[in-house]
Amino acid sequence: MLKTIAHRVAILCFIAFSLFPLFWLLKVSVTPNDLLYSEGVRLWPSRVTLDHFSFVLANSEFPRFFGNSLIVSGTTAVCTTILAALMGYALSRFRFRGKLWLAGLLLVTQMFPLVMLVAPIFKILAPLGLTNSLAGLIVVYTAFNVPFASFLMQGFFDGIPPDLEEAAMIDGADRFTAFRQIILPLGLPGIAATLGFVFTAAWSEMIFALMLISGNDKATFPVGLLSFVSKFSVDYGQMMAAGVLALIPACLFFLMIQRYLVQGMTAGAVKG
Amino acid sequence: MSDSVLHHVAPDRYRRPLRQRVASVIEPWLYCAPVLVIIVAVMFVPLVLGVSYAFRDIQLLNPFSGGFVGLDHFRALGQDDAFFRALRNTLWWTGASVFLQLGFGLILALLLNVPFAGRGLAQALVFLPWAVPTFLAGLNWAWLFNPVIGPLPHWMTALGLMDEPSNILADPSIAMWGPIIAAVWWGIPFFAITLLAALQSIPKDLYEAASIDGASPWQQFRSITLPFLAPVIAITVLLRTVWVANFADLIIVMTNGGPADRTQTVASYIFTQAFKRLDFGYASAVALVLLALLLAYSMVILVLRQRLSDRDK
Repeated sequence: MLKTIAHRVAILCFIAFSLFPLFWLLKVSVTPNDLLYSEGVRLWPSRVTLDHFSFVLANSEFPRFFGNSLIVSGTTAVCTTILAALMGYALSRFRFRGKLWLAGLLLVTQMFPLVMLVAPIFKILAPLGLTNSLAGLIVVYTAFNVPFASFLMQGFFDGIPPDLEEAAMIDGADRFTAFRQIILPLGLPGIAATLGFVFTAAWSEMIFALMLISGNDKATFPVGLLSFVSKFSVDYGQMMAAGVLALIPACLFFLMIQRYLVQGMTAGAVKG
Repeated sequence: MSDSVLHHVAPDRYRRPLRQRVASVIEPWLYCAPVLVIIVAVMFVPLVLGVSYAFRDIQLLNPFSGGFVGLDHFRALGQDDAFFRALRNTLWWTGASVFLQLGFGLILALLLNVPFAGRGLAQALVFLPWAVPTFLAGLNWAWLFNPVIGPLPHWMTALGLMDEPSNILADPSIAMWGPIIAAVWWGIPFFAITLLAALQSIPKDLYEAASIDGASPWQQFRSITLPFLAPVIAITVLLRTVWVANFADLIIVMTNGGPADRTQTVASYIFTQAFKRLDFGYASAVALVLLALLLAYSMVILVLRQRLSDRDK
């Protein structure tokens, strides 16, 4: 009995620790400015307001940052998932020379220090006109996310029995048709999980966004929020309202995919 | 794209064994080609360039730069006190972050491995910090530590940990704890997910046999759980250490290396050199040193892991 209580209390402590910072973000974002300091340490303000949200949405550049981030993260997620689906299918279904070597190559990229690649990537993209452009960010994010996404997709394809596509190929369909018409529809949950994972990762990325983007009109959310913070007078309520808005897409996607992600990780852990 | 190629090959398949064989060799590579192209172009080529930059004079705003300077950057590095301070800070930052993430992650995984009502919901909630964009996690904790709008300084004062509510991020002697706490908050789910997956793969009958033999829960933990988890812990700690050592986001957002460079790690130092001073040559030299140190560390861990598993057999 005592053990059970201790267990539940410990779980509650972890939940509180996980959620408290997010709760505080929400609390400050709905606190009216005149109460911000006088009720600074109260757990919930005596009055709430949505003014910060409406101001951020109507009078700041955040809608543009939000739009840029949506374009970059959405396109990255789609491109990465398409490439990763092809790669994951090859890793899952073909036996060919160099396959192990290929998987090792993908694994090695996960150990690259990002800080070492930032400068050369800037130098390569600059003459191509891909710095300060959303397309440049999309290319870079796709490359950085595709190795892990490929392993995820491989894990999901491994779970689909090969009999179905073999039957289709005996009936005269070539492999790519079988892949498109049989494997892809069956792999939809995996595809959704990969889309969500990549979207969240691209939505969070900051270092490349800071390095490659210089103008406000191309800034993604992290860059916009940081430039907002470093400005002279800081309006905490508005900043946190923007923060809450930035959180929404990432958390929605995460809650959608968390089950599949743990599944994919377990599958990957068993293999490697 | 590969569609048309395959259609072209298909009709000849049964008449020409050689062509068929060539096609079957090429086919998997057609599926891999797009990924290979983008990875080589955006990751491997820059890596090679980055290594070469370490031996060249590359300053973005200086059109006369670009010459070969040999080991000059590394000589300058040997006398760069800021770099050695950053190296010490990196040790502290990485060690403390990974150790606390592992400790709390392990506890959380053990707690979640016990069946209870509402476990699915609890799991989704405690894993949520992982979904929070790191820049936002950094900003959020910076706000929590801020005595004007955050509660933490007031709570610490009430507990007698502080004389008066002040911002720990502004105090050089303890500022590093700010990013460390944020990193722990953000990183616990990663360890918990991995370790939970490992825990669930331990055969249940081992525990049953042990409790029939009268082993206490602590004995069971030491002689069943830990040996099973050890390889997973080793590999996760290895990956995580490399990742945390390279990770600059939280520090850049929360303290930007300050106050008085007390939170400047090698990763954030590289970022400062490249981004603020646009000195890519020097930044690459520092990055190369960091890469070498991390590779050496990885080798040590892998050798230790090998030794341990050999001893078990």
